[in-house]
Amino acid sequence: MSILDSKIPEGHISQKWTDYKDHLKLVAPNNRPKIDVIVVGTGLAGSAAAASLGEMGYNVKAFCFQDSPRRAHSIAAQGGINAAKNYQNDGDSIFRLFYDTIKGGDYRAREANVHRLAEVSGNIIDQCVAQGVPFAREYGGLLDNRSFGGTQVQRTFYAAGQTGQQLLLGAYSAISRQIGLGRVKMYNRHEMLDIVKVDGKARGIIARNLVTGELERHSAHAVIVATGGYGNVYFLSTNAMGSNVTAAWKIHKQGAYFANPCYVQIHPTCIPVHGTNQSKLTLMSESLRNSGRIWVPKKKEDAEAIRAGKMKPTQIAEEDRDYYLERRYPAFGNLVPRDVASRAAKERCDAGFGIEANDTNEGVYLDFSTEIKNKGKQAAYGHGNHNPTDEEIIKYGKEWVESKYGNLFQMYEKITDENPYEVPMKIYPAVHYTMGGVWVDYNLQSTIPGCFVAGEANFSDHGANRLGASALMQGLADGYFVLPYTVSDYLANEIRTGTIPTNSAEFDAAEQRVKTQIDTFLNNKGSRSVDYFHKKLGLIMWNKVGMGRNEQGLTEAIKEIDELRAEFHKDVFVPGSADEMNIELEKALRVADFMELGQLMAIDALQRKESCGGHFREEYQDSEGETLRDDENFKFVGAWEYKGDDINQEVLHKEQLNYEFIKIAARNYK
Amino acid sequence: MASKQTININLKIWRQKNANAKGSMETYKLDNVSTDSSFLEMLDQLNEQLINDRQEPIAFDHDCREGICGMCSLFINGEAHGPDRAVTTCQLHMRKFKDGETIFVEPWRAKAFPVIKDLVVDRSSFDRIQQAGGFVSVNTSGRTMDANAIPIPKPDADKAFEAAACIGCGACVASCVNASAMLFVSAKVSQLALLPQGKVEAKERVLNMVRQMDEEGFGNCTNTGACAVECPKEISLDNIARMNREYFKSMLTSE
Repeated sequence: MSILDSKIPEGHISQKWTDYKDHLKLVAPNNRPKIDVIVVGTGLAGSAAAASLGEMGYNVKAFCFQDSPRRAHSIAAQGGINAAKNYQNDGDSIFRLFYDTIKGGDYRAREANVHRLAEVSGNIIDQCVAQGVPFAREYGGLLDNRSFGGTQVQRTFYAAGQTGQQLLLGAYSAISRQIGLGRVKMYNRHEMLDIVKVDGKARGIIARNLVTGELERHSAHAVIVATGGYGNVYFLSTNAMGSNVTAAWKIHKQGAYFANPCYVQIHPTCIPVHGTNQSKLTLMSESLRNSGRIWVPKKKEDAEAIRAGKMKPTQIAEEDRDYYLERRYPAFGNLVPRDVASRAAKERCDAGFGIEANDTNEGVYLDFSTEIKNKGKQAAYGHGNHNPTDEEIIKYGKEWVESKYGNLFQMYEKITDENPYEVPMKIYPAVHYTMGGVWVDYNLQSTIPGCFVAGEANFSDHGANRLGASALMQGLADGYFVLPYTVSDYLANEIRTGTIPTNSAEFDAAEQRVKTQIDTFLNNKGSRSVDYFHKKLGLIMWNKVGMGRNEQGLTEAIKEIDELRAEFHKDVFVPGSADEMNIELEKALRVADFMELGQLMAIDALQRKESCGGHFREEYQDSEGETLRDDENFKFVGAWEYKGDDINQEVLHKEQLNYEFIKIAARNYK
Repeated sequence: MASKQTININLKIWRQKNANAKGSMETYKLDNVSTDSSFLEMLDQLNEQLINDRQEPIAFDHDCREGICGMCSLFINGEAHGPDRAVTTCQLHMRKFKDGETIFVEPWRAKAFPVIKDLVVDRSSFDRIQQAGGFVSVNTSGRTMDANAIPIPKPDADKAFEAAACIGCGACVASCVNASAMLFVSAKVSQLALLPQGKVEAKERVLNMVRQMDEEGFGNCTNTGACAVECPKEISLDNIARMNREYFKSMLTSE
């Protein structure tokens, strides 16, 4: 075991970043154009980093597998972005945002990184407004806020249910400006398939042009990987179909440690699974928990009648409903953190109270009728009607709900064919976000010098559970306000290096690795599609490395994934050729990496003999079913080192977490 | 879910090996399609069938499958994103089709959107229009003024947001007899023209973006309004009117 150097600066938590930043090395403007930087991924972190480094004058090359940088999956984030502005004057501060995030992460995140995130959160909002991001506003013309889970203040900025879209389009406008000015060269429909190291340093990538199939060599003095999370290892998740772990996994195989892979966020409010041909799950924003109340029937026979289609939820009397979050967690109610809400839903469904008529009876209600009445009454008064009829109240209430959540309600109706203004939504937890990722130090640099990792792709800020509206904050913080400083510090030693040639033995070897993998797939005489294997992997992961985990299941999962991986390589059929657009080949390359990662996730979950945040080991819970952390033995980041083809041989390194400024305690939302 | 029904359908789908090849409509039969499946899940099912028959699957663009990334396209039975309103193809569900129906599926057709393969087209012309002016020229230092320093009237902010909701899918172009990109371009011009932060460069922005739009080979607008009808995000024609005002204002007052 080695000790990982997180390079956390000395000093008081509130001064660390400021002092550190002041002493980082700089690259003079005249030297920047001589230096090449590769950015892979164009979500919030990637676009923000590419735009910022381009503005500074570096020679930036940016890559995305989609047809435009604007498609990255940050665009699908719905609810909002946190910032410690305290515009609502409800006691918010940088410290509180820092504290809430550490606590929400169940004391498994690095203090210094999280504080920095809270410090720059306000700048993000300033920046976005300056870029023309149309956040929601109040009638006085100032910015509006709402609440998200795990907090008792209103610090979430939003743009209806499309906050991610508006923020990403802001970052896209910044990168577009740099592309137009020639400072960023954009490679659309390109996928990074390996990293190139020269003398131990990251010096370039091998990318496949997804239109022509050509393998391209790109060199640089630093490589930034901002390629998002790995939720698609479960096949069904709220991730986009193309979201994948390949870039992150390929750098892992070349020496970057992979941290806390078992930390997965299962989001409580998604539309339940409906059939075997389903390709993905759709999120219903956490912001809905501001207005919706979650419940299941109190009586099992009512749940059964609902599932059998003999009863409607609206026929169940108020006293026969179990608002189980309000019952169990009166202080936070429906706004408990995501992991807590998800487990509570699973507990009720496992106990037989689920209301969805699918194979597993997994579903609970998210009901807006109370809010429609409350807000309808307020709106009626606002219209000067102090004696409204029930019909008028409902009408005004529905208008209010539509103004807040209209696009989400429309999306729900299109998918389910049910009208959520009239009947409660049916929801159930689904895989949404991955807190684990490539291990990085305070500079966001991986264990490969010159290879930086940002956004969801790294592990650094959310511990074992991410709070709502914090992913957008982290992506933009990393890209706009952290990497430009820390990458420059690294590049200060590169001003004399000159252009990195791509005709070296190292580039030859990396390209050959990719080529061999592609040829092996195309020449395989298999009989089954990539999806067939991906779905099988997903089921193992969901059943045994999902919301509830135990030693037996994890041990089985490790073996089953190993076997499935062997079967996949033996029996997968990939049609077409290498020198053309080949969608099945793209999928096969991604699923190959998911197989290996899936196994590591189970291994990581097995070694972590405690429950924390999204990682719930059934053996470690208290009498009320809450997570039981083991701070004495597991207060560390588990970072895995690749040791060759057999994933079971990966070696665990530990970064001990020290809490100097926050008193570590049992997480309590009651 | 509401129903547990399946339907059998016939499909006529555009197949084209690559940008230079000549394409044609091919016929496929697909049974047991769940009415709860999305249109793209139906295509997944067809592709699975093709792969099992050792044939090449159909290439189509898609990613988020929740109607926001703008990657999916498809001209279905003569309409961009199919017969439903205010949805993208990934949100179109098979319950909108009848058992035994024949469904025609084609790529976007426009000079500025050349076909890459099958149903996949090249929309990088949209990116180049954004690069010509679809931004506020502010660096990303974070050291701008406080976000609440300039109050923005809520109606203006709301209108800017509605314009900014454009997902850049290209349905407006595909639906237009002239293959005009006016709705797309006007949405960005409007968003920034409505906000104080965007007003500073409003004049140059509209001229630059329109110039790039013309260079890309998009057609002229003849006010038929098909774009707004087919737009999955219901971007309003008011934006085109606003862009025209902005454009003439810039033309008349530029040095």
